[in-house]
Amino acid sequence: MSTAISFEHVSKTFAVDGREFEALRDVNLSVERGDVYGIVGYSGAGKSTLLRTVNALERPTSGRVVVDGRDVTALNGRDLSAVRQRIGMIFQQFNLLQSRNVYQNVAYPLKLAGLPKAEILDRVEELLEFVGLSDKALQYPRRLSGGQKQRVGIARALASRPDILISDEATSALDPQTTGEVLDLLRRVNREYGVTILLVTHEMDVVRSIANKVAVMQDGEVVEHGTVYDVFANPTHPTSRRFVSSVVAHEAPASALARIRTVHTGRLVRIHVGDRESNDPFLSRIARTHGVDFNVVYGGVSELQSRLFGTLTVELLGADVDVDAAIRDLAEVAEVAELSGPRELEAVDA
Amino acid sequence: MPETDLSTLLPKIWDAFLETLIMVTGAFVAAAVLGVLLGLVVYATRPGNLLANSAVFNAINAVINVVRPVPFIIVAVALIPVTRLVMGTSIGPIAAIFPLALVASVAIARIAESNLVAVDPGVIEAGAAMGARPWRVLFTIVIPEALGPLTLGLTYIFVALVDATAVAGVIGGGGLGDLAMTYGYQRFDWVTMFIVIAVLITIVQLAQFAGNRVARLVLHEGR
Repeated sequence: MSTAISFEHVSKTFAVDGREFEALRDVNLSVERGDVYGIVGYSGAGKSTLLRTVNALERPTSGRVVVDGRDVTALNGRDLSAVRQRIGMIFQQFNLLQSRNVYQNVAYPLKLAGLPKAEILDRVEELLEFVGLSDKALQYPRRLSGGQKQRVGIARALASRPDILISDEATSALDPQTTGEVLDLLRRVNREYGVTILLVTHEMDVVRSIANKVAVMQDGEVVEHGTVYDVFANPTHPTSRRFVSSVVAHEAPASALARIRTVHTGRLVRIHVGDRESNDPFLSRIARTHGVDFNVVYGGVSELQSRLFGTLTVELLGADVDVDAAIRDLAEVAEVAELSGPRELEAVDA
Repeated sequence: MPETDLSTLLPKIWDAFLETLIMVTGAFVAAAVLGVLLGLVVYATRPGNLLANSAVFNAINAVINVVRPVPFIIVAVALIPVTRLVMGTSIGPIAAIFPLALVASVAIARIAESNLVAVDPGVIEAGAAMGARPWRVLFTIVIPEALGPLTLGLTYIFVALVDATAVAGVIGGGGLGDLAMTYGYQRFDWVTMFIVIAVLITIVQLAQFAGNRVARLVLHEGR
């Protein structure tokens, strides 16, 4: 696999009211061809700024952004224009031309590329068919729903057959149902046309449903990145953990733990389970070996990219030495962490 | 109060109507061309825009700001020598076109500029992202997107010109306003005055109706 986009030591400083603001701090990421790469973060984390360096709508203060082997930070004029035509972009507010109908909106980049009229006609027809809006060709954007507008945006972004599509919160203005439709469409764009997608979102659900890789940003820095499976199954940075817990509720929040504690006064352990390759009944086997009883008090298992992962919170009942031994054995099979005092419980959810 | 004789009055009103029409349309066409161009230049030379040039930007702004707050009658009087130079005469509807066009141009320049500035920056950015160069963005995105509100602004100026011709009439332009002033105000001929007012209202109504229709067409609100 070759690299489609690489960010190399990208930093960006804005001057706001005479004060310097670091929007990006030494960002290093690489997006491979065929990836659907999600960048998540809260607002102000710098994710949109990072995205916009890909087509040089934003220029880094230092560092390079290499797209298809070309350093776009160094490009200007005609060369920049040519590179931008190879990168499709979709927006949160769709940004369709209100003075042009659907057909003319999708045709705009093709006219820019100087295609003959007949070819434009064929291509636009094909694109509208692909996004399911053939019957809306002569409508003006103001008459379309949000989901339809974004589909026009996608058709327009794909018009010049780009290798890369960048998406700036493309589903953030849409309701959940329409979001699902647009994400399905993006998935098809990736699979059927082989377009590499880099998308920015604050919704972890979007990442879970279409991305294969994810980077978590905070205060202009990438605090964690990796495959979606790894980050979801095992987030290490607190911000990543918060994002993951927004869509995957495998770990009990403080309120639930407090409630659990009123009944389950024994020792609690949290067991992370990955995609398993055998049906070894490790929990009951280890409990039996050490003469320990157990209660599953909280937990969940999810599927991501055809792999399972989950977390169980388990109460172990027995003599301290036996429970210690059981925890040691469990640690050989899965990742185990003991939740002891109330102080730690608070820290877990902080 | 003098008797009103319709057989002599109606031709007079017709002549005045034609004079007004000449002044308004002449000034409007000239001002629309000049004003929109001026507005485009102000927009394009605005700091940060594609022809950013603070000298030109400030100079045109200064001209606009000098002309706009001065009452039209004073502009018209002050310009009499220039009008004579440019139009060959300072009397009559043709001569009046000059000061009317000048005042209307600066007003249109401001309207056009604000319509252009108001174009959604997201759409301009989308154009840039698609690889359109700045000039292309200006002519194929910014101007078309601003056209709807601009049409309404131009209609507003057309109506304001009808109003201004009355003042131009007083200083020798002729037209309906002049007729209303000389018969209605100076001779207390209310009939003439009311007929003239009715004609003026009709012109304004028709202009506004036409302007709204054009704006709807440009904005594609029919579909």
